[in-house]
Amino acid sequence: MQYTAGSRPAEVRYDDTIVKYFLLATVIWAVVGMLVGVWIALEIAYWPANLGLPWTTFGRLRPLHTNAVIFAFGGNICFTGIYYSMQRLLKTRMWNDTLSRLHFWGWQLVIVCAALTLPLGLTQSKEYAELIWPIDVLITLVWVVFGINFFGTIAVRKVQHLYVAIWFYMSFVITIAVLHIVNSLAVPATFVRSYPIYAGLTDALVQWWYGHNAVGFFLTTPFLGMMYYFLPRISERPVYSYRLSIIHFWALIFLYIWAGPHHLLYSALPEWAQTLGMTFSIMLIAPSWGGMLNGLLTLRGAWDRVRTDPILKFLVVAVSFYGMSTFEGPMMSIRAVNSLSHYTNWTIGHVHSGTLGWNGMITFAITYWLVPKLWNRPLSHPTWPTTHFWLATIGIVLYTVSMWAAGLTEGLQWRAFDAAGQLKYPNFVDIVHQLQPFYLLRVLGGLLYFTGVVMMAVNVFRTVAGPATAPAPAPAGAR
Amino acid sequence: MSDTTEHGYVAAHRTLEGKSAIFAVLTTVAILIGGIVEIVPLFSARTGPELLPGVHPYSALEVAGRDIYIREGCYTCHSQMIRPMRAEVLRYGEWSRAGEYVFDHPFLLGSRRMGPDLQRVGGKYPDAWHYEHLRDPRSTSPGSVMPPYTWLLRQSYDPADIQASLRALKRVGVPYTDSVIAGARADMRTQAQGIVDRLKQAGIDATADREVVALIAYLQRLGKDGRAAIAAGETTRTGAGGRTQ
Repeated sequence: MQYTAGSRPAEVRYDDTIVKYFLLATVIWAVVGMLVGVWIALEIAYWPANLGLPWTTFGRLRPLHTNAVIFAFGGNICFTGIYYSMQRLLKTRMWNDTLSRLHFWGWQLVIVCAALTLPLGLTQSKEYAELIWPIDVLITLVWVVFGINFFGTIAVRKVQHLYVAIWFYMSFVITIAVLHIVNSLAVPATFVRSYPIYAGLTDALVQWWYGHNAVGFFLTTPFLGMMYYFLPRISERPVYSYRLSIIHFWALIFLYIWAGPHHLLYSALPEWAQTLGMTFSIMLIAPSWGGMLNGLLTLRGAWDRVRTDPILKFLVVAVSFYGMSTFEGPMMSIRAVNSLSHYTNWTIGHVHSGTLGWNGMITFAITYWLVPKLWNRPLSHPTWPTTHFWLATIGIVLYTVSMWAAGLTEGLQWRAFDAAGQLKYPNFVDIVHQLQPFYLLRVLGGLLYFTGVVMMAVNVFRTVAGPATAPAPAPAGAR
Repeated sequence: MSDTTEHGYVAAHRTLEGKSAIFAVLTTVAILIGGIVEIVPLFSARTGPELLPGVHPYSALEVAGRDIYIREGCYTCHSQMIRPMRAEVLRYGEWSRAGEYVFDHPFLLGSRRMGPDLQRVGGKYPDAWHYEHLRDPRSTSPGSVMPPYTWLLRQSYDPADIQASLRALKRVGVPYTDSVIAGARADMRTQAQGIVDRLKQAGIDATADREVVALIAYLQRLGKDGRAAIAAGETTRTGAGGRTQ
């Protein structure tokens, strides 16, 4: 296991078929998950869009949307990035091809089970952990398969030192296992119903420890790992600071796990726990921005290409949104701010600036960069990514601005008093009524973003299905 | 990316990067600490949420109704947690105490108020109001964005399920006695008939086995024990987790 610089050893053949599988799954689930997102946004703006059917109400489709975009779209791009980059970073094929395929098909099975059960109302109700207990068991098995393959690949690596991307991937594999198992502990009553072993506020704290770290370790650390691999590869610039990446990694994973109680501020959760959650959330700004700056400064010397290269445009906006939402999040964790923002659309806007801006944009960059490499052909529609970029950017702006406005409106009106010291808007539904224009604007923003995703899907599938028009490019060198 | 001269923690880290097992162990330790510090004390009576005397487990029918509340995702739009702020107390009633939730498996605090908080909705409206509101939300709340839940008026809950549910809840710590579990179906019928009778007085013809009856039973229970306990003079520490504004 000697450190070997340069390109891959001649005898190693990377498994890129599995990368292609995960990438195509990413694109398919992106379309599905975001279509459901636009639909449920419409249901809020225009209630008859619930269709009068049990299976299509907001209450049942909202978990379908969140699960589809986080675990189907987000999960599949993480696995795409991990399977592509870790083979190259460790200069070895994935440890076991059968486990790779079990992982792929097992994960897609989980997603299909989710898509079938959630509209039927089969749910445990914990946000982002709604899936019923038999599916939870399946997730655990698939994760074990992935974990064995992941650590097996590390064990047979041809490079001694683990690159920073691998650290972040490792924290993803370990932490998601811990979070999923602890939060899902429940006693089954029937095959489709169970009750968690925790009660009340303890259950709430366990759930938000899980829920916030689903953001931290599903939507952040694997994506940061991908940033550390793909950003330098795509921009052809070395990572700005190795020291910063060390601090970024350890501070981020240590601090993130404490932040959960900021979801329960002003609840009857013991005050010390709320204060810990708030304090650690604020401290999280430091590693988050350290990582963001490490990403942005890596682009030093490549800024001229941002003007012309849509992939770099996506990357710059992705890292910028990472910075913005990791600033906004800690601000919203401050009690005084949270007293206004909690329960409002502001939270929804915040989440979407992170997911659409950071997770979505970096995914699009990686997709447009990987497809020509993996299939040895140029994109069918080389100009579409730029259009996609602008649709996505304008869509996010409309989305977040409308949700800020809606959140501030309802938050302020809920707490507004008249001169006599009574509630100025005692009738809740009067406040709901004022949000309608913002809800419509949100649908428009979501629709623009979704249109971009459809363009990407068409582009990818026409590229893949079309003929290999270009001669095979030179084999990708080492990192 | 490597610095030309490495020393101190950078050199140490470079060595660590070559030892993947130790790296994985340290990562695991780093991600466990926060959760352990925050969660474990909640299982201790001294440092965990306070208890509120007078809060009782849900009845069999209320458990069935709660399962429907969960199935329909009511918690995606309605919270069950009133914050200790004047505007919230005026709008919804007494702010939420930890002890009110001790039989909630799972918790249903919610995270979004598309509609109003429901923690103290129990007893706020007559049964018939809930029936009409679930059938056609705009008949009772003009301008509401809530979809109608007409199938709750047609579908029946499965009384055969309830004993399995109560047994599972008992195993996670809810103090249902064996006689309560054995009599669950009869108890359900009695409570459901009471709701059906009240609906009849309001001119609504409903059958006792319909899902809407179970859901109404749950909604009418919400916050009642807590309100009574608070009115009777709460003795536990006040203001845990929040301060009045």
